[in-house]
Amino acid sequence: MREVAVVGIGITNFGYLWEKSWRDLAVESSLEAIKSSGVSKVDSIYVGNFSGGTFVEQEHMAAILADYLGLLHIPSTRIENACASGGVAFRHAYMEVASGMSDAVLVTGVEKMTDVVTSQGVYSLSMAADREYEGYEGITFPGLFALVARKYMNDFGATRKQLAAVAVKNHKNASKNPKAQFHNIITIDDVINAMVIADPLGLYDCSPMTDGAASVVLMPLDKARQLSNAAKPIKIAGIAQATDTIALAQRDDFVTFKATTEAAQKAYKMANKSPQDINVAEVHDCFTIAEICAIEDLGFFEKGKGAKATEDGLTEIDGKIPINPSGGLKGKGHPVGATGVAQIVNLVEQLRGEAKELQVKNAKVGLAHNLGGSGATVTVTILEVV
Amino acid sequence: MLTIPRNWREKPQRYLFKGGKCKDCGYTMYPTRKVCPKCHSENIEIVDLPRDGTILTYTIVYSAPEGYEDFAPYAVAIVEMTNGARLMLQIVDTDFNDIKIGKKVEVVFRRLFVEGKAGIIIYGPKARVID
Amino acid sequence: MTGIVGYGCYVPKRRIKVEEIASQWQEDAEALKKGLLVREKTVPAKDEDSVTIAYEAARNALKRAEIDPQEIGAVYIGSESKPYAVKPSATIVADALGATPAVHVADYEFACKAGSETVFVVYGLVKSGEIKYGLGIGSDTSQGAPKDPLEYTAAAGGAAFIMGNDNVIAEVIATYSYTTDTPDFWRRDGQSYPTHTGPFTGTPAYFNHTLNSAKGVMEKAKMTPKDITYCVFHQPNGAFPLRASKMLGFTKEQFEPGWVAPYIGNTYSGCSLLGLASVLDIAKANDIILVTSFGSGAGSDSFIFRVTERLEKVRNNAPLLKDYAERKQYVNYATYAFLRGKIKMRED
Repeated sequence: MREVAVVGIGITNFGYLWEKSWRDLAVESSLEAIKSSGVSKVDSIYVGNFSGGTFVEQEHMAAILADYLGLLHIPSTRIENACASGGVAFRHAYMEVASGMSDAVLVTGVEKMTDVVTSQGVYSLSMAADREYEGYEGITFPGLFALVARKYMNDFGATRKQLAAVAVKNHKNASKNPKAQFHNIITIDDVINAMVIADPLGLYDCSPMTDGAASVVLMPLDKARQLSNAAKPIKIAGIAQATDTIALAQRDDFVTFKATTEAAQKAYKMANKSPQDINVAEVHDCFTIAEICAIEDLGFFEKGKGAKATEDGLTEIDGKIPINPSGGLKGKGHPVGATGVAQIVNLVEQLRGEAKELQVKNAKVGLAHNLGGSGATVTVTILEVV
Repeated sequence: MLTIPRNWREKPQRYLFKGGKCKDCGYTMYPTRKVCPKCHSENIEIVDLPRDGTILTYTIVYSAPEGYEDFAPYAVAIVEMTNGARLMLQIVDTDFNDIKIGKKVEVVFRRLFVEGKAGIIIYGPKARVID
Repeated sequence: MTGIVGYGCYVPKRRIKVEEIASQWQEDAEALKKGLLVREKTVPAKDEDSVTIAYEAARNALKRAEIDPQEIGAVYIGSESKPYAVKPSATIVADALGATPAVHVADYEFACKAGSETVFVVYGLVKSGEIKYGLGIGSDTSQGAPKDPLEYTAAAGGAAFIMGNDNVIAEVIATYSYTTDTPDFWRRDGQSYPTHTGPFTGTPAYFNHTLNSAKGVMEKAKMTPKDITYCVFHQPNGAFPLRASKMLGFTKEQFEPGWVAPYIGNTYSGCSLLGLASVLDIAKANDIILVTSFGSGAGSDSFIFRVTERLEKVRNNAPLLKDYAERKQYVNYATYAFLRGKIKMRED
């Protein structure tokens, strides 16, 4: 297996982008990634998208993107793994390059969520859970993570204020991210007094509906070094994917996401790294509790200690382990299929030293954690400066 | 989405509250499956689930999905039945302050969903706190 | 002997008081309570209907009958608040109880008498030997129009009876039905609320049929009120059955245990059957129970039962009516109007 690097990145604004269709967004970030990569020929495309069918009545997006990029007749594939679609599409692109099958692969994650009213969007999102045995009892995504939050608070004595610290930090970071959906600063009180969505989670504990696209181009590392463009290739040092039960009720433990621990273990092993070696991480904070569980399951903090660690500022940009300097899903937005790829884009910027106001000092090793549904699919990717 | 066959097919689960039990390792599940998730045996028997259980965790949903707005706010919990099977159930007829981890519940038969004014009515299990 | 082998009841948790409705329409609550002899009535939750109520009552009946549901040869539900105008409710309940597929199923209608007539029919089928056990259920979530006198009494609830020839807990001694075409109360197809003819619902309707049916069954059984332990009548309010009871010569002690309307309201097809369940909750071996239902349109079905020793052995297998009656949560008029679908919600 060849070593693989990220050579090109592209990302649109994230938010309620009324004037742009899904096609516009996907083409925009793809072109940016291809141009910035310096490759002359793209061999294959992977598209990460959760629900083109229910949001914009469009399946078969992979073909459309190849078509509208003028890249006929290369192979193009759409990958769906709920909110981990981007990360899984990225992993497939990695495999296609690592195996020697292709030399330049484009990965684009895209989601257009605001062409439908919110209740329709909530209904679409619920399809990432177990429709028959969770959906019909009336559960929503905030509800699923609220079930986790309630158990976490019960077992570890964590408070709503500690959960709120995640949202406050991520908004603060997002306010310096020009592409982010939110630029407003919020306080702990704003978060705990916000409208309840699913007790104990309120409006600010939840990531928003967002439109957006993000793209990367992958090449074998040795060929990447020969490219004439100045942008530093960033090596994919470790990558892994894992699965857990679809229904939350069937998990052995509601506060530990086994798909995260499994994927993390494999990725660390492949990269020959441990949690202490990670300088910066973009983790899947679809809800505040999700970031807390993630930083524990990824090995940055002991189980049950993530809430206080966040409250104590250990995950700020200048903290012990900066988490979500981009603003995370909460601050920058969560266009479902795009998120996993956007995390890679943000980490590459960090590792190339191009993150400007959000730059983590001496970032050499970064970790991306992308989670689908209530934890049924997880990808963990470790990137490294070479 | 008017989807009759898919709901009609769920009668063993929704009407009769049937689940599965692995004859080799004893793992109990809802719904039943072809392969035991614990020991991978295909020796699964269909069982009637007990109607009593305990709340493992819960939430109160305020922002409801399409079709559930009339019921909101409502409680949803993960319940472990007395035979070990775990599933998600809406909690009804219970003051929100009386819903806690560890409370005992019994299963009741209610409307799960109504497809508008002219569509089908889907019935199934929910639960209420009994202590 | 043929008779009841299992019985069960169910009423929803929510209640609304007469005062609450009266204050909405600025009517005199005390006068109403005195006239109707009803204090409060049951209100179904948004996810309850006559099918869910019928199911819960039937499950309780099965628990007392202690039989395999596959042995039930007929399942009938009588209701005037069916969720579907066309599609049987009883198939849902029969399937959910595990009585299908080798079973005869039908829905019945005869205003408030629809429940008792299912009991009459399954009794006949069992007695003739055509089926081993039969399940008859009366269940309703009836509507009273806003600002209409019926709003104070139209309630939700149901009761179920399984008839059989073995392990009988209350033997049928006699039956007698009295019926004429008398339009005292009806609802035309497509209308949301029924039409009520005021005083005409009294003497020519309720009393004519109730009294004649009760007298008829006592005559058939060669009994008089002093041979009877308890009497149960249909209860459109609390006052009508009390008057009927007195007119027939029954005492307060014979009448009160089956008098449920004051705290439940009128559960229509479930009404007289709930009264019967309430009596079975306390009856002793060899007690004689007279039940006379009434359905507008009009007719009354009467039964005389003799309780056996087996009743007290199985009585506690399922909740008693008082267990459900004690489980209460009061709602205000706005919540009641919402729950009963009287508020126009968005229809997309």
